[in-house]
Order: sequence, then structure tokens, then C-alpha cells
Amino acid sequence: MLQYTIKRMLMMIPMLIGISLICFFVMRLAPGSPTDLQTQMNPKASAEMRERLMSLYELDKPIPVQYVSWLKKIVRGDLGRSFSSDHRLVADKILERIPVTITINLLSLIIIVLVAVPIGVLSAVHQDSWFDKITAVLVFIGFAMPTFWLALLLMIFFGIHLGWLPISGLRSLNYEYLTTQAQLLDLARHLVLPVFISAFGGLAGLSRYMRANMLEVIRQDYILTARAKGLSERQVIFKHALRNALLPAITILGLSIPGLIGGSVIFETIFAIPGMGQLFYMSVMARDYPTVMGILLIGAVLTLLGNLIADVSYAVADPRIRIS
Amino acid sequence: MTFWEMFYKNKLALAGLGMVLLLFVVSLLAPLLAPYDPGAIDLKNVLAPPSADHWFGTDQLGRDVLSRMIWGARISLKVGFIATGLAILIGTVLGAVAGYYGGWIDSAVMRFVDIMLCFPTFFLILAVIAFLEPSIWNIMIVIGLTGWMGVTRLVRADFISLRERDFVRAARAIGAGDARIIFIHILPNALASILVAATLGVAGAILTESALSFLGIGVQPPTPSWGNILTAGKDNIDIAWWLSLYPGLAILLTVVGYNLLGEGIRDASDPRLKK
Repeated sequence: MLQYTIKRMLMMIPMLIGISLICFFVMRLAPGSPTDLQTQMNPKASAEMRERLMSLYELDKPIPVQYVSWLKKIVRGDLGRSFSSDHRLVADKILERIPVTITINLLSLIIIVLVAVPIGVLSAVHQDSWFDKITAVLVFIGFAMPTFWLALLLMIFFGIHLGWLPISGLRSLNYEYLTTQAQLLDLARHLVLPVFISAFGGLAGLSRYMRANMLEVIRQDYILTARAKGLSERQVIFKHALRNALLPAITILGLSIPGLIGGSVIFETIFAIPGMGQLFYMSVMARDYPTVMGILLIGAVLTLLGNLIADVSYAVADPRIRIS
Repeated sequence: MTFWEMFYKNKLALAGLGMVLLLFVVSLLAPLLAPYDPGAIDLKNVLAPPSADHWFGTDQLGRDVLSRMIWGARISLKVGFIATGLAILIGTVLGAVAGYYGGWIDSAVMRFVDIMLCFPTFFLILAVIAFLEPSIWNIMIVIGLTGWMGVTRLVRADFISLRERDFVRAARAIGAGDARIIFIHILPNALASILVAATLGVAGAILTESALSFLGIGVQPPTPSWGNILTAGKDNIDIAWWLSLYPGLAILLTVVGYNLLGEGIRDASDPRLKK
């Protein structure tokens, strides 16, 4: 197991180099030099601004030298300083916002598993029933739904029409005067809509996948054997079939991570949640290049880590993976 | 059963085709169909709810929402097709080369795909747009450049299963060059799966464009797009529900249409489903 994990981690090194190359390429993508671009788009760009860009990209040196010195800084955790008026370290700005984003993404993953797995299993076990048909329609709509629009509709309905849920931020204005219990409740109420929206895309994908997987598994010989032994249908489905159908779902969850992280830009912007996605959006709007590059890099590294965790847990759950 | 017989029997696929065709007609005839000039500002009639004069109401500048949505259909279609065309072009060429030659070329292309897939697509698109100007052309190019990885995998898989077939050997035996074998002999056999990917890709590109325009980094006002009408919907969320409802419904139905069509083509071209 340890051997597999180490092997899997070593495989990340070329991936990390590839990620850094693409980030560097994106940085150089601007037509002409980045300093030209800055002056073209912003006539008020000062000499100081141009100088800062110049030193950031080390534009006077050849490209491979620029890449290596940029990479050296990144490895040390130095993502540069923000162009925004606070001039803070990009690494600090991102780090303080990561917990919010990861918490919401983890909550969404939990919701996705808790809701999609039973739906997938039930529609497979009762194939072609009314339940199966209705969920098939819902899943299809789920795939086509623009999540930001769904967010707007839910804000109108639950936030404004019914007035049940707050529609922006993480805390109410009177948060500091509340008891601990009330504070937790306040936080939870603020999280309901963002977590649901963030989970929505994954729900459709995983339940469709679980259904297909379950249909495949219940046709296997060992399920026939389990039934022949006289086990109850309950035991056959939940003990023998579900375990085998669940395994590949780990991979699907791993694959849904970039979508969740990418989606954080949308729901954090709509619901005014102070996470990494909102910072990314604000940095793009303000053309705060060091922060944009920092978040792009961190987003890719988080995806890579998520895939690593998914692969290793798959190997823990399924011994066949470790051997091959 | 032929492809068309299979397709014709699938009512959902026909419904999808109908929705897609309807959208084409609306886009083509936008100047005739739109009841008002989509840019005509009427400050005496700001945020008017739906009525007989303005079926879908008016926006914060008094412009007719229905007319803006009809012109917005053009934008969606344009972005969907050009972005997907670019993604299909890149994906097909890379997938064909990787699948046909195998070996280190294949490994290199597939590692590149793996690395690109590490980036949350929306992050990559936003980062590139931060460096370029948000214009409709840049949006199309960026969506295309970040959407080819799935097509590459698909085309590569097709090429690997086809490259050792007898008709390929026969072509090689009569002295056909690699390019001829790839494009004239093998590629036509992979067209069905490329067409499916393209249809589903248009749906994805339309969704992405609307999200970008909604965030204000896509199609820029005053050009109408479904996404940027929804931005106005969010700004007036407590007073003008019609600005939020109708454009979103248009996006949803369009994407449903393309998805139904794509899945219909897939089912009709799947030999396992033929009886």
C-alpha cells in the first residue's frame, strides 16, 4: 500500500511541472509584452506600474531564464505581491480564503454522495418504475441547468418571496451578539443555498453513474449466487451489490473536483461568499495578475491532490488496483 | 435498420432536433421576428412587467426583453458553433495523431491532456480572459482552447481500435501515405462519435458563455446575450423577476435540445442497439 502511494506521488512530479509550464504560458499569452498590454488597456498605467510588471516577469531576460526563476519562487511559496491597493502577499491572500472554499466543496461532496447514491441505487433496483422515469428526467434537466440561473431562482423564491433564507454573505449583521448555538445556526442558514448550488451539478452526474453501475453489478453471477443462497433482497442489494457498485464511484468523485473548484467562482460571486472563487473573480476584474496566476496554480494543485486522495482511497478499498 | 430509421423512431431525439432547428430559424430571422429594436432605450418604460406590448417585460433601460433574447440567440449560436468547431478541430487532429502513431507521440499527447484536465476549466478560461480583453471573439477562442481534451480521448480510442483493421492494411499495401490513411480512410469511421461530441459540446459552450456573460466577463453590453440579461436580473432581483426567468429558461431549453439531439445521434449510430 505504502509502495503504491509513493509511486502515485512520484507520478505527480511531471504533472506539477506540466501545470507550471501551462501557467507560465498563460502569463506570456498576452499579445506583445505584458507591459505593453498594461499600458494599452489602462492609459493611466504609471511608470511605477510598468516597472513592477517588468520586475515581476523579468522581461529583460530570455524566456527559459524567466521560467526557471519564476519556478524557483513558486517552489519557495512566493507567489509575489498583489497589484491591488493593499499590496499584500498573494500567498497570504489566498491562504486565508481557502478554508471557506474547501469547506463548502467538502460539504457539497458529502451531499452529493448522500443524495445521489440512494437515488442511483433505487432507480436501478426499480428499473423502469415511475421513480426511475422521474429521476431520469430530473437528471437530464440537471445536466442542462445553468447553475447560476438556478441560484437566482432559489434566491428569488426562498430569499425574497418566502424570506426563509439569507441570500448573501456567510454571517448576519448581528452575528457577534448571538450565542454560539445561534451563531452556528446562522452560519448553516447562510450555507444552505451555496452548498446546494455547488452540489447540484455533481448530483446529476453521480446518480446517473450509480444507476448504470448498479444495473451492471446486479447482473453479475455473484449476485445470482447470493440470491440462490436464499439471502433477503435487502442483503443482496445493500451488502453484496452496493459495495461493488460504490467502488468506481470514488473515481467519479475525484473527477468532479475540478468542476467543484471551478464552480466556486460562480456561487461565491453570486452569494458574496469570501472564498477563493470570489477572490479570483475580483482579481480578474481588477487585472491583479499575480493573484490570478496564484489562484490558477493553486486550483490545479488542489485538483491534483484531490485526484491523489481519490486514487489512494480507491486502492485502499480495492486490492486489485494495488497489484496491477 | 439504418441510422435514419433508428433516429426517426426516437421521439426525444426528434424533439431535440426540432428545438435546435427552431433556434436556427429564430437566429436567422432575428431582424424580422424581434418586435422592437433590441437597443432601443425607453426611459419612460423602465422595468415594466410582462404585458401585451412587451411579452417578456422590459429591462432597466426600458429595452424589450423578448427582442434582446431573440438577438441573444444569435450570439449563443455563434459562440456555441465557433468554440466547439475549434475544440473539435484541435481534439480530432491530436487524437488522430496520438491514436494512429502510438508510442511516444501518444504518451506525450495524453500526458498533455492529463495536465490540461488538472485545471478547473472555469479557472483557466477566467485567467486567460484576465490577460486578454473580454470580447466575443476572445470568449469563443478561449472556450475552444480549453474544451478539446474529451474529443482527443474519444478520437484516439476510435483510431486505436481502427488502425489495425484490414481496410487500413489494404490502404497501406497500395502505398497510401499516413495523412491519406488518417484523413481519408480512418477518420470517416470516427465521424459518428465526433458528431456526438460536437453536439454535446455546443450545449456546453453555450452554458459556459452564458455563465461568463452573467459574470460580466463574456459578451459585453450593449450587445445582448442571455447571460448578460440575467446580470440585470440579479441586479433587480427583488423587483423584476421576468429579467431572471425568461433568459435562463431559454438557456435551459437550448441545452436540453442539443443534449437530446446528441444522445439521439449516439443511440442511432450505436451498432449494439440495432436489432
